[in-house]
Amino acid sequence: MSPKTLYDKIWDDHVAHEADDGTCLLYIDRHLVHEVTSPQAFEGLRMAGRPVRAPEKTIAVPDHNVPTTADRVNGIENPESRIQVEALDKNAKDFGIHYYPVNDVRQGIVHIVGPEQGWTLPGMTVVCGDSHTATHGAFGALAHGIGTSEVEHVLATQTLIQKKSKNMKVEITGKLQPGVTAKDITLAVIGETGTAGGTGYVIEYCGEAIRDLSMEGRMTVCNMAIEGGARAGLIAPDETTYEYVKGRPHAPKGAQWEAALTWWKTLFTDDDAHFDKVITLRGEDIAPVVTWGTSPEDVLPITATVPNPEDFEGGKVDAARRSIEYMGLEAGQKLSDVEIDTVFIGSCTNGRIEDLRAAAEILKGKKVKDGMRAMVVPGSGLVRAQAEEEGLAEIFKDAGFEWRLAGCSMCLAMNPDQLQPGERCAATSNRNFEGRQGRGGRTHLLSPAMAAAAAITGRLTDVRELM
Amino acid sequence: MEKFDKVHGVAAPMPLINIDTDMIIPKVHLKTIKRSGLGVVLFDEMRYHQHGGENEDFVLNKPAYRQTEILVAGDNFGCGSSREHAPWAIKDFGIKVVISTSFADIFFNNCFKNGILPIVVEEAHHAILMEDAHKGENARMTVHLEDQQITTSDGVVIEFSVDPHRKHCLLNGLDDIGLTMEKDHHIDKFEDHASQARPWV
Repeated sequence: MSPKTLYDKIWDDHVAHEADDGTCLLYIDRHLVHEVTSPQAFEGLRMAGRPVRAPEKTIAVPDHNVPTTADRVNGIENPESRIQVEALDKNAKDFGIHYYPVNDVRQGIVHIVGPEQGWTLPGMTVVCGDSHTATHGAFGALAHGIGTSEVEHVLATQTLIQKKSKNMKVEITGKLQPGVTAKDITLAVIGETGTAGGTGYVIEYCGEAIRDLSMEGRMTVCNMAIEGGARAGLIAPDETTYEYVKGRPHAPKGAQWEAALTWWKTLFTDDDAHFDKVITLRGEDIAPVVTWGTSPEDVLPITATVPNPEDFEGGKVDAARRSIEYMGLEAGQKLSDVEIDTVFIGSCTNGRIEDLRAAAEILKGKKVKDGMRAMVVPGSGLVRAQAEEEGLAEIFKDAGFEWRLAGCSMCLAMNPDQLQPGERCAATSNRNFEGRQGRGGRTHLLSPAMAAAAAITGRLTDVRELM
Repeated sequence: MEKFDKVHGVAAPMPLINIDTDMIIPKVHLKTIKRSGLGVVLFDEMRYHQHGGENEDFVLNKPAYRQTEILVAGDNFGCGSSREHAPWAIKDFGIKVVISTSFADIFFNNCFKNGILPIVVEEAHHAILMEDAHKGENARMTVHLEDQQITTSDGVVIEFSVDPHRKHCLLNGLDDIGLTMEKDHHIDKFEDHASQARPWV
């Protein structure tokens, strides 16, 4: 048998039918659902009189629209947001799928809730009507975002019509330097490949620096595979994975656990398996990074300066010019001189407990700069509870951060957490697109530790100066 | 789904690269529970001023391009969020074909589900089509799916490739779910096998 990559193995295990032209029906083990991309899909089922084929494999939670202020227990004020969340309440009930309603302590961002509850397991296929589904690849699960028509297709058939992607290997060798995190790895990779560099590929991340990451860090890395254009990002499961999964509410137990473990241990890329593209970065070479523009590929070390658009080639010259103008920056300006007025810590990229610990470590005993708006939005109610138990919430509040309830919040600003035109935010989220955090708002992507450092100084800051 | 055959219409140029789905339709318009009526907010933040009123510099607001049916766009069109509201808005505006040197994966898939044909062309052909699109409303382009050909207003013919299954579905207006349900027995068989092999799933 020819050697296979991890992606090849998971793919082969899930093909329910293959047509002569290579079009496959890929069986889906877990379908995660949220309120924004699902109402039209459920409506489609109703109109055709179709049930959900596998409600026991379908999990829903509202996250994009929900307010993150304490008064949300009294209901959602914005009528459109309320209608979407109520539609999900009703759809979950009518179709009999697992559901974590807005005021359940287990509610949170769908990509944080899935792993936390043990729904996401190695070797699975996982989809969700959300591009950041790539997050679940950290478990060695083939996980990717889909559109609403495909959400309906999975609800109705538990399959997707797919053609296989190509294999790409991203290896991060060696050790990371102090102050450098999983977020810096994933941004540095996108800086290297560009936002279309992964188009047509599934990425497997490997190497010592990836192996050394916790599950939280691995989820951060895989989360942004989509920003590099890849269909999915994967990391082969290992002891770190099993340790995280064991004992979670929906993880296998007893004899089932042993059987699962035996199978999971076969989930690795065989020696000599073929990759169509290989990228290698040295862990030691990665610095704490920030974005300067309006594409996640606009990444530079915090010690660098804003680039000159003329230094790019092709269509990137005009794109960079537009970005720099939108961002209100000057070519040649030191990134560490860029003043900010808002800090957002949260999102499916960096809303997990380890992220909050990293930010709190920098903030301990310090205050955010006067006039700064700073907020922490834990990724789930359980992350929030754990952070309170560990005393992190007190550190954030003492420093001057707002301590919010769980949701997507200012990552995409569908709820009331938004930037005003011209406001500049240091954000631990995943997209710095024009208007992403509010029309006219300016976003610099960075790690939680870097966001905490920026909150203290009021400008983009090299976290290593505060360590 | 309505059948797709041939489009003969105005092509608009949008050379900017990395046009993301937040640009195509910002999140304020994702709160709908319907698929229809989004054409009016297509490219909202580029098309309208912050406090209302059209931005007359934006291509689709120019008199020549108000009836655009074909978009010739820069590289990596449709990157970012998976929101299908992006193709819904494009379709509702009246655009049936998007041409670029590359598309983001999810957006590309979403187009086919909504009767939109995304066409990938090589850079040299892209340059010819972009130039043609700049000529305005009298320069109509033709996209013929059956023959897999684009004909510029000057009669230059450019061939393109398209996945045969997707072509078949577009030409015949076929619903994916209906097609998959015809393979129900394969799914049943897979589930029987998987429940033995991986009972913990």
